[in-house]
Amino acid sequence: MVDHPRKRARFRAYHLLLLLPFAVLLVPFYNRTEPTLAGVPFFYWYQMAWIAITVILILIVYWLDRRTGSGS
Amino acid sequence: MTRALNPVAISVFVALFAFVTVLGFVAARWKRGDLGKLHEWGLGGRRFGTVVSWFLLGGDLYTAYTFVAVPALVFGAGAAGFFAVPYCILIWPILFVVFPRLWSVSHRRGYVTAADFVRGRFGSRTLALAIAVTGMVATMPYIALQLVGIEVVIAALGLHLSANAAGLTIQLPLVFAFMILAAYDYTSGLRAPAMIAMVKDILIYATVLAVIIVIPVQLGGYGHIFAAVAPAKLILLAPPSGSLGAQSAYATLALGSALALFLYPHSVTGILSSSGREVIKRNAIAMPAYAVALGLIALMGFMALAVGVGAMPEYANGFRAFGPNFAVPALLLHSFPPWMVGVAFAAIAIGALVPAAIMSIASANLFTRNIYKEYFNPGCTDAQESRVAKIVSLIVKAGGLIFILGFPQNYAIVLQLLGGIWIIQTLLAVMLGLYTRWFHPWALLLGWLTGISTGTWMASALSFKSATYVLHIFGTAVPCYAAVSALALNLAVSVVLSLVFNLVSRGTRADETLAEDYV
Repeated sequence: MVDHPRKRARFRAYHLLLLLPFAVLLVPFYNRTEPTLAGVPFFYWYQMAWIAITVILILIVYWLDRRTGSGS
Repeated sequence: MTRALNPVAISVFVALFAFVTVLGFVAARWKRGDLGKLHEWGLGGRRFGTVVSWFLLGGDLYTAYTFVAVPALVFGAGAAGFFAVPYCILIWPILFVVFPRLWSVSHRRGYVTAADFVRGRFGSRTLALAIAVTGMVATMPYIALQLVGIEVVIAALGLHLSANAAGLTIQLPLVFAFMILAAYDYTSGLRAPAMIAMVKDILIYATVLAVIIVIPVQLGGYGHIFAAVAPAKLILLAPPSGSLGAQSAYATLALGSALALFLYPHSVTGILSSSGREVIKRNAIAMPAYAVALGLIALMGFMALAVGVGAMPEYANGFRAFGPNFAVPALLLHSFPPWMVGVAFAAIAIGALVPAAIMSIASANLFTRNIYKEYFNPGCTDAQESRVAKIVSLIVKAGGLIFILGFPQNYAIVLQLLGGIWIIQTLLAVMLGLYTRWFHPWALLLGWLTGISTGTWMASALSFKSATYVLHIFGTAVPCYAAVSALALNLAVSVVLSLVFNLVSRGTRADETLAEDYV
């Protein structure tokens, strides 16, 4: 191993956070125009917002992995 | 094109193109390594850090064709084309969790392709061959489609230097661009697209930034842009009773595309060229910046509708030749001053060269490792191996070029659609294989065969016009991306047959990898 010689892959509960982005597959929830944001229909800004949420979720898992010394 | 030549735009375009050509050749000396070894030529020596990998993967995954076709889909079909955004959201958790394992085991065992891994993990050269061939076949039309991106902008610039040979009209600028690409690829290997990707991305981000500021200002804000879109195109149509309608198609297209993406050889090449598993994880965090850009680019389809380029006589020829794919070039020509048009078009054309280069290198790696070395010359030297790869990369590019010149554009689009259905069938061996070797190699092979044949059959039942095949589940019509339903069948067959084969076959199967190779 180049990066972390003695780390072991181990599942931890917070890894489940990475399943949350799959919520973007629940189309009926966001297939509407209201409420609009600065003229942009809900359908569009909601999905764009999930890009930011996904980054934050991966970042959280990445940090926690480093702290606990586990990784996938 | 009836459009007059645009000297300013053409000069900017040509200057940027010349600049990246020089970079492509200079790249051979960058992070210097012995280019007579396959992992040096074909994986850049596995030495790319977080920043270079970010540009390389970005250039690799968000291709010029994406930048032309996604807004074209939004322009033509409306909200349905926006599935590219949930697709791009889902790929990053998948990259973060699964693919550091592939990097680790490949680094430890010297694997250059996904098929190398499957060969080592399951000890089956037949299964490895199936994975390699699927990858090569799925990639070829993808390369051809990159050429469509270049073709569209060259036509939009009004450069029509063509020659007639054997009944074909050959676009000389296109051929010229590809010959340059082939030359620096041959010399520098993966280092060339990695270096050029940085220029390409700077141009792309500059263009996107200009688009999201300039065009909404011209049109009086985003509210006006969306107001110009017909209500039926603004969101997905409400499903008719007894059917899930466009909504299940949207969700399965996003899911299937996301699952398929990292199985493509060019994605694997991009991942394996990074210098460590941490690099991959950090990129899973940083890469979504491209998803934002893509979402904004998708909205260019609506901007083109709002501006009304489709009805403008000066673009009529372009739309006749390229259909909705001309929407973005027409929008840029209409809204931007000539020099900015030159920058934006160069971004698209260079954005086609980067993935085309990586795709042909990835196919060459597959052929060399999993066909040439495996079946024809097992004792080949490192130098022979990398020479074969270099030559194959030329053949693959020539193939793509002939394909796009000799066949209607629609063939490449259909084959790319089929390519997605085919490549996802390697998911069980490659992605699940990273976690378990419970699956029996022959079960995986038969599952793969089932998936490929039913997927192809579904696409043919739709006359290859769409990939959304309607399933009937307990009386409800469920339009579903054929790749996903075929994968489900593949999984079922692989599980059932693995149960049987594992029961019948006694003795242990060869697995050259160890549990600690993956972490």
